[in-house]
Amino acid sequence: MSNAAAKKPRPKYLSLSALLFEIRLPVTAWTSGLHRISGALLVLPFVAWLLYLLDTALASEQGYRQVQAYLGGPIAKLGLIIFVWAFAHHFFAGIRFLLLDLNKGIEIHRARASAYVTIVLGVLTALVFAWRIW
Amino acid sequence: MVNRVVTGAHYGLGSWLAQRITAVIIAVYALIVVVMFVTGRPMSYPVLRDLFTHGWMRVATLIFAGSVAWHAWVGVRDILMDYARPESLRLSLHVVTILLLLGYIGWTIQILWR
Repeated sequence: MSNAAAKKPRPKYLSLSALLFEIRLPVTAWTSGLHRISGALLVLPFVAWLLYLLDTALASEQGYRQVQAYLGGPIAKLGLIIFVWAFAHHFFAGIRFLLLDLNKGIEIHRARASAYVTIVLGVLTALVFAWRIW
Repeated sequence: MVNRVVTGAHYGLGSWLAQRITAVIIAVYALIVVVMFVTGRPMSYPVLRDLFTHGWMRVATLIFAGSVAWHAWVGVRDILMDYARPESLRLSLHVVTILLLLGYIGWTIQILWR
């Protein structure tokens, strides 16, 4: 073993900046990473937010109007759009993983293609939703 | 001395399967809700209230909420296993996650059966 190799610190922990700027991740890794990020976002804050909205809207006619007015605001709309992206990406990436579990599309070129399709479908769903509510 | 193994690979397959089964339940419920929103009557307070007075809608929503909580537990645990160190921090975050998800289920029951 050469001296240089022996001096390298091991194990090497990857920093966030290394992941974002030094290492070029394949598209399949981006789909997977976004699946995690979208899942975490859904757990917190979106489930709590949606439960709060449903709670208020179902409580009374007045509460329903409050929610309606609140969701008309630009920040709430932005929140809804991010929620729709997170849910759609998680949904499509989840279906992709279910198919991969069934050995469907595991060849590298098809796995890459479905990873692209997943990211595009997630963004597209969010864009269509944004266009519909704005 | 009893050597109790509280971590490891022994329960992983069950969690993996549960996450996939709950995923399908969540997807089916979500698709039905989206179709109802798009094709149903325009949303208003009476429409929303009547929808959640049906027994089947309440039970379906509770099954959905339970599936989300179980699915989220497996997913969050996966994330914490990868990033949360040391183990005391990870265990604390596990407890916080369980409390949060149980809180979500309790809140859902409160909303559905008011």
